[in-house]
Amino acid sequence: MTQELYFDVTVIGAGPAGLAAALAANREGAKTLLIEREARLGGILKQCIHDGFGLVRYGEKLSGPEYAERFIEQLPKSNVQVWTLSFVNVIKRENNESILTVITREGMKQIRTRALIFATGCRERTSRQIGVHGRHTAGVLTAGTAQYYTNILGKLPTKRCMILGSGDIGLIMARRLTLEGAEVVGVYEAKPTPSGLTRNVSQCLWDFDIPLHVSKTVTRVFGDARLTAVEIASVDACMCPIAGTEEIIPCDALILSVGLIPENELAESIGVPLDAKTKGAVVDEHNETLLRGVYACGNALHVNDLVDYVSESGEIAGKAAANETCCSRGLVPVECDQSLLYVVPQRICRSLDEPERIFFFRSARDLDNATLTITKGEETLYSIKFAHLRPPEMERLPVQLTREQLDGNLPLRFHLEEQTNE
Amino acid sequence: MSDNSSMNAKEIVCIVCPNGCRIRCRQVAGEVQCEGQRCRRGVDYATAELTHPMRSLTTSVRTVFPDSPVVSVRTNGEIEKSKLIDAAKALGQLIIDHRIKIGDIVAENICGTGVNVICTSDRLVHPY
Repeated sequence: MTQELYFDVTVIGAGPAGLAAALAANREGAKTLLIEREARLGGILKQCIHDGFGLVRYGEKLSGPEYAERFIEQLPKSNVQVWTLSFVNVIKRENNESILTVITREGMKQIRTRALIFATGCRERTSRQIGVHGRHTAGVLTAGTAQYYTNILGKLPTKRCMILGSGDIGLIMARRLTLEGAEVVGVYEAKPTPSGLTRNVSQCLWDFDIPLHVSKTVTRVFGDARLTAVEIASVDACMCPIAGTEEIIPCDALILSVGLIPENELAESIGVPLDAKTKGAVVDEHNETLLRGVYACGNALHVNDLVDYVSESGEIAGKAAANETCCSRGLVPVECDQSLLYVVPQRICRSLDEPERIFFFRSARDLDNATLTITKGEETLYSIKFAHLRPPEMERLPVQLTREQLDGNLPLRFHLEEQTNE
Repeated sequence: MSDNSSMNAKEIVCIVCPNGCRIRCRQVAGEVQCEGQRCRRGVDYATAELTHPMRSLTTSVRTVFPDSPVVSVRTNGEIEKSKLIDAAKALGQLIIDHRIKIGDIVAENICGTGVNVICTSDRLVHPY
């Protein structure tokens, strides 16, 4: 093996989370390495050419590439080492440090790093994961793949398609394909409500008269070499297809927007404990996982709606990784009941002096006039009202907590309740 | 979105920011009345929606460069919603033959809207 290189902080993935993490670690004076497997930086933002990025951070409606450039342009002025076309093959742990084997254009390299940040993003669920029946024909593809063909390769992957799932990328692609001259016969969602942001349903579907069909799913696909038609059916409350409601729709592509899952293969290989709810790592408010010196941020931690929060998450990890922030008084577990889909972070430090902690959560169902409470044992530490909560729309919640409130071994519990009769 | 025809009222989903406020609005004696918005921008948006809906357009244009066969662009401001498809078609005729960067104008006064179309990516000039 070649000689070992040392870095204070190593970031895997140069999408919005990794870019922000590397720049933040560099600002704190850490010797920082940023590893990206693709030739270009920016991650998925490269192909997200629609606008709306950066509203929270910059007060502007930027496109994805413009937003990414705000970070990429800082790199040449920084001391961050950037390796593109480089792939982390194996990670080993040694005395709370991480040893990475990286395949690069110059060959294999070995890195020793005090802090490791996973900014590996998320993956789309595919037709196999949702069990679409029928032959393996060309023309069944995820919304992200359709987006790559259209916006990066400049090739239109369909003339007449239907979209299964109403996640944001599916909605965005319904508009995008329509603008490029394809016919989108409809967006079909198995759940009774759309999965994407309300504003995307409005500006991507209603603006172009694209119909949205809820409580319907794909039951079969037809075609040999290429998709020729799709069978859809209504589903009951248990999401099971109802016999006799089948309808066959001719089309040349079925585009899937059926959910995103944090990508954590590498993190799991070194035993980073994951949260079954988020499918990302269990972290404290510095985005440090339960392994010392190992951090997770962005969509690898939990799938975000807004890139602004992904960047913030990367900055938190990068800053803490550089400063070796340590929870000397231990961690308090943060839990939620079934009224929430999840809450992040899942641990908070007892020791920190700053009273404000930022939590991200999603409600488990649509709620109007809901009250969120944070309790410890019998004691209510905090409560706040929300006019509307929807599972697709993540909430960012700053909470003031004192040291005294975090004493003891009881977990903090998040609970949501809808107010009846108001 | 859904028409509430009995009251001549409309529920509009505000697309200005990710809150996606559901604004109930109606026109009374030429004036737009709104409720449900969390900020002033919601009133402006709803008023525009009822009188002259505007949108920004994001799309891509072809290039002569094999490393980036298309480059992303957007309108540098909003245009009439009714002109979105025409503007996208017009931009579909364009071929970029020099290495442009973010903010460079690729089309002036698109479809007579008075709005320019600008490049939104540095992929044609970037070392990365």
